[in-house]
Amino acid sequence: MMSLRRPSPTLVSRLPRLPYLLASLLTCLLITADALAQPPVAPSARDVQQRVVKIYGAGGIKGLEAYQSGFLVSPEGHIATAWSYVLDVEPIVVLDDGRRFESTIVGIEPALELAVLKVDASDLPYFEVDRELNAQWGDPILAVSNLFNIAAGNEPASVMQGTIAAVTNLDARRGTFKTPYRGKVLILDLIANNPGAAGGAVVDGEGRLIGMLGKELRDSGTGVWLNYALPIDALRTALGDIIAGRTTTVPKEQNPVLRRDQSHNLTTLGLVLVPNVLESTPAYIDAVASDSPAADAKLRPDDLILLLEGQRVGDQQTLIDLLRRIDRRDAVSITIQRGNEVLPIRLQP
Amino acid sequence: MPPAAALFAASWLALFSITPFCPAPLSHAQDAAPETVSIAGPLELDPLLQSVEQARVAAIDRARPSAVSVFVPGGGGGGSGVLISPDGFALTNFHVTSPAGTFMRCGLSDGRVYDAVLVGLDPVGDLAMIQLLGRDDFPYATLADSRQARAGDWCMVIGNPFLLATNLQPTVTWGILSGVGRYQYPSGTLLEYADCLQTDASINPGNSGGPIYNAQGELLGIVGRCSFEKRGRVNVGVGYAISINQAKNFLGYLRSGRIVDHATLGATVTTDPDGGVVVSNILESSDAYRRGLRYNAQILEIDGRPVMTANDVQNVLGTLPSGWRVPVTFRYDGITKRVPVRLMGVHRQDELLAKMSSALPPPPPVPDQPEDEKDAEENAEENQDDTENDDEAPQPPDPKRPRPPSPHGGAKPAIPKSVSDLIIPRRGYANYHFNQVQQDRFIDSLRNQFPADQFPADAESNSTAWTITGKTGEAEVKLSVADDQFAILVGETAMQATKRSELYDAVDTDSIAGILPALDAWRTMLKLGPQKFGEAYYQGTMPLGGERPLRDCMIGLYGDMEVRWLSHPESGLVECVEVFADRDSDPAELWIRREGESISGLELRYGTDVALDVSISDWKQTETAQP
Repeated sequence: MMSLRRPSPTLVSRLPRLPYLLASLLTCLLITADALAQPPVAPSARDVQQRVVKIYGAGGIKGLEAYQSGFLVSPEGHIATAWSYVLDVEPIVVLDDGRRFESTIVGIEPALELAVLKVDASDLPYFEVDRELNAQWGDPILAVSNLFNIAAGNEPASVMQGTIAAVTNLDARRGTFKTPYRGKVLILDLIANNPGAAGGAVVDGEGRLIGMLGKELRDSGTGVWLNYALPIDALRTALGDIIAGRTTTVPKEQNPVLRRDQSHNLTTLGLVLVPNVLESTPAYIDAVASDSPAADAKLRPDDLILLLEGQRVGDQQTLIDLLRRIDRRDAVSITIQRGNEVLPIRLQP
Repeated sequence: MPPAAALFAASWLALFSITPFCPAPLSHAQDAAPETVSIAGPLELDPLLQSVEQARVAAIDRARPSAVSVFVPGGGGGGSGVLISPDGFALTNFHVTSPAGTFMRCGLSDGRVYDAVLVGLDPVGDLAMIQLLGRDDFPYATLADSRQARAGDWCMVIGNPFLLATNLQPTVTWGILSGVGRYQYPSGTLLEYADCLQTDASINPGNSGGPIYNAQGELLGIVGRCSFEKRGRVNVGVGYAISINQAKNFLGYLRSGRIVDHATLGATVTTDPDGGVVVSNILESSDAYRRGLRYNAQILEIDGRPVMTANDVQNVLGTLPSGWRVPVTFRYDGITKRVPVRLMGVHRQDELLAKMSSALPPPPPVPDQPEDEKDAEENAEENQDDTENDDEAPQPPDPKRPRPPSPHGGAKPAIPKSVSDLIIPRRGYANYHFNQVQQDRFIDSLRNQFPADQFPADAESNSTAWTITGKTGEAEVKLSVADDQFAILVGETAMQATKRSELYDAVDTDSIAGILPALDAWRTMLKLGPQKFGEAYYQGTMPLGGERPLRDCMIGLYGDMEVRWLSHPESGLVECVEVFADRDSDPAELWIRREGESISGLELRYGTDVALDVSISDWKQTETAQP
């Protein structure tokens, strides 16, 4: 039976090194066969737990959990996590050692449902995000997250084990999965994507990061819940760009507020947003003026503006403020969400 | 590659080797073309894989015989359990036994079905003890030390998910511990899970009450509940187990046949933002208060376990039985103290019984009723009627129609006589029979140890008196107890009493005469035995003065006082007799010093202070005339 199966890449790639290892290992095994026979899961689950954080933010009503997971990607406290409603407020981050931090959202990549947070700390354990995905189906993995918010207080995150069942693209048929992500995913054979698990770390047999658990997804046709992770090679560029500040053309702080008659505003672009009645009303488009840059770009009512010049548009006030810093003769790049799609749009005055 | 990583991969491959694997998809076949393995002759497994796989097989073989499939007679549901002694004592969940009452049938992997009887219940901890009948050589599990378990350890669950074990072959699921030391809030009013284990091994309805073993096949805990959520009542990768160390604390209590309660300190605590856990409120009537614990004191350790957060405190207390005395270390006013503290019960007895009856599962749900989809922790019990209906009923019955009687006979199944002989219902007890067994053991032991073994066996009607002489320091001591005649003489000081209420006052005022009710209760117990002593029962096992090993504890009501005999678990020798007068003050503790078989000294303590220390020279029993 086994010969039908492609030999595991872990074994194949490591075979040349195995003999001497085996010799030493088997010696151990012979000495204390019982004690060592079933080793604790390698890598040390503890090492992985220390790099995973718990994130608390918006939600808590109507089955929307106010928590999710994340993991450290720099010693200075950069945290990769899933971009979700939990981040509608500046979230609280609890590290593995129990320390609580107020975090800032450094940036988001809506097309990947990725967000990067930052806490003010240093010398933290973190995951290297490798350039290439060194994992294939059949590989054993650990998934570490705070699913169901089981790990309260200073408790370490939950560890689960399984294998990569497939490396494939999400079924792109419109509406099958309610996600804007269209790229490669790791399909897992364990029930990893539970409430609160989004943003958790998936590591290989040696504790190397290979992916991030995605948000809960259910196949709208079959009703089957998907267990998957976004591979690091899909995340790496966006992570690097957000952390390095490359996603924005000009950092907001260095861009002065222009005079009202020189800067852009909603009217110059032909945008009418939904009534701004909340403390932070999302920048949903209510109407588009004819013969305007917005109309030329075929924007529609119900489009949600997510980014402007790479900067996160958390609410309408942020959008208005950012527009004041752009000369009205210049084009404006925005990213919108339309249904399950995330689209880049250029508004040319 | 670190050795552990190699074994991780090896463990995985070993898992696959026992599973027929589907052919590789085309794209992968192409990827892997240069590495294609040709099929030539029998497959040779890597020795590493073989050893890992053999170890796994051996662990499962070691564990499986002790796994029990519990069935409620008459098709009322069931669950799982695990044998822990050769005479058939087994652990399961309270919520598994509760639909069955006192009688159930249990299957083992040897293919045989045994009658089983309920022994004891811990409704708060969701534990129940049952006894399988008919053998004295049952296979039983080796208990692990669950505090050694770590997240990431391999583990396995063996049990009766979905009541599949109708062929009596239990189901094995394998996984890792996802977390240890988890605290799960009470579901409803009971069923608190403190310091529990979390696993990703598949746990489904019907696994409840069954064993979780470590990779060596030793018992780590008792499977109890799962996180079920919007995906329905099936495994979602999160199951919880009561740690076996918690169960160890309760084994003696459960063997008593009682319905037992959990412990509380009599104080509330909060996690200090600067670290550590401090007392935020304390009952002045609590033993903790009498031992010096105060508002704002920092608690460092309970029962030898360091506590850093309020959760840690609950994790320790939640695993301890009511009435235990455990060491508590705390810092107050710059002084660190380690003192034994008596823990109170979480509930009053009536309250516990009331909550328990309301926690009993509702009648089986009507099939096809919409599932309650709210986010809830549910217990993994299985109801057989449900599955049967799912399997067999071609059309859904009208939900409004009352449920027809079970085809297996709706009436309560007759309990075989061999089993009903072992059942004595009594309020406050799961099964009073097992308390009587322990009472008999206690009185046999008490009658065969000093001083009773020195006296001739005499008729119960004869009135006896004890006269004990000795010294404290240079002063002569004479203690005498008889029916309604109590006296103590220490040097020049003499005290007399003729009523038990006077003895009550002596204990309440921490007088040295508090030694008398302890001795007289002992004398009376020897003469009358537990059945006639007044209310008397076996409490279970508990630490003595906060220290292990756990001692057998027998309780008798003597006047308005409660007397506790604490005896060594192996020798059966009484080591301490405690007399409680007012609940809110320290009991009189009579500590017994032995030399060989006989008693050489008696020490009376209140709290941690010694009130009297007597070295014994003579202990006589005389017969007195009837008053």
